[in-house]
Amino acid sequence: MQKIQIIIIFINSLLLFYIARLIIKGKLREEYTIAWIVCTILLMVFSFWRNGLEVLAKAFGIFEAPNLVFISFIFIILIYLLHLSIVNTKLQKDITKLTQEIALMKQNLKKDEANDAA
Amino acid sequence: MPIKVLLIIPCFNEEKSIASLLDELLTINFTNKYWIEIVVVNDGSQDKTVEVVSQFNVIVLDLPVNIGIGGAVQTGFKYAFENDYEIAIQVDGDGQHPPLEILKMLKAYEENPSNVIIGSRFIAKQGFQSSTLRRIGIFYLHFINKILTQKNIYDSTSGFRLFDKNAIALATRYYPDEYPEPESLVIFAKAGFSISETPVMMKPRQTGQSSIRYFSQVYYIVKVTIAMFFSYIRKVN
Repeated sequence: MQKIQIIIIFINSLLLFYIARLIIKGKLREEYTIAWIVCTILLMVFSFWRNGLEVLAKAFGIFEAPNLVFISFIFIILIYLLHLSIVNTKLQKDITKLTQEIALMKQNLKKDEANDAA
Repeated sequence: MPIKVLLIIPCFNEEKSIASLLDELLTINFTNKYWIEIVVVNDGSQDKTVEVVSQFNVIVLDLPVNIGIGGAVQTGFKYAFENDYEIAIQVDGDGQHPPLEILKMLKAYEENPSNVIIGSRFIAKQGFQSSTLRRIGIFYLHFINKILTQKNIYDSTSGFRLFDKNAIALATRYYPDEYPEPESLVIFAKAGFSISETPVMMKPRQTGQSSIRYFSQVYYIVKVTIAMFFSYIRKVN
């Protein structure tokens, strides 16, 4: 095993541990962590299996193995960004609805108070 | 029984112009055919809009955060829906829509009851007509609208609109929150509603700035085009 492998495995373990902690503390919803966990596990696999990248690149017909890394990560990141946009859209819709409800309820409350006073 | 009419005034930082608008509105004689109420929707203003408005005898819907003009107007529709109003009329808070023109809108509704009536600047070509660049944009929107709704609507960006009961009910469910005017027409047309236009006079805004300026004019056209197209495809039920 080479130095770089050990360093990567160490950093990876830290990342995995940090993600686990975030989930346990309730700071990260489980559905958003799937991508993170899959990524760390992939990194872990390739840090143990050094030739794996070459083997996969050959299988896909890519000449330079690092290009496989770039291609696949760019793809994963794009998909993840799309996912975040979807989450964001839903949040915005919910906030709009809640804000409207609050305004309507405040008005109802004021009306009731005025009726009580009368 | 007088007809219940709700005037919806969306406001975002309009402390300077809202008072004179409300002053003018409250002095209009709507005859006893109509029972008019005014609701001011404060879209999370940072200035004293709420304080100014609460001195008047109007209903205030105070949104705690800014959700965009469409969301604000929709709050008014929800209020109208819950309280059984027959008609809702949107009047912008910046003073561009002269209050007396509301009578013209109501008259147009009496003569020809459509689901949606738009107060249009361009039919009679009187009053404030907007800048050249904007008119090009409005011409383009007219073209898109014609393709998507098969209707000739000249002033599709006008926010001066009258909605009947059916339109109110639909708008409580579907109303875009940003730049809602052209897009909502596609939704109404898809629901099979009748849309007509009636000439009104408009004034240039008194204070404040348009929400659509500089680069956002390009963004506006692109966003509205996409939104109209997808509203056209989307199912409305």
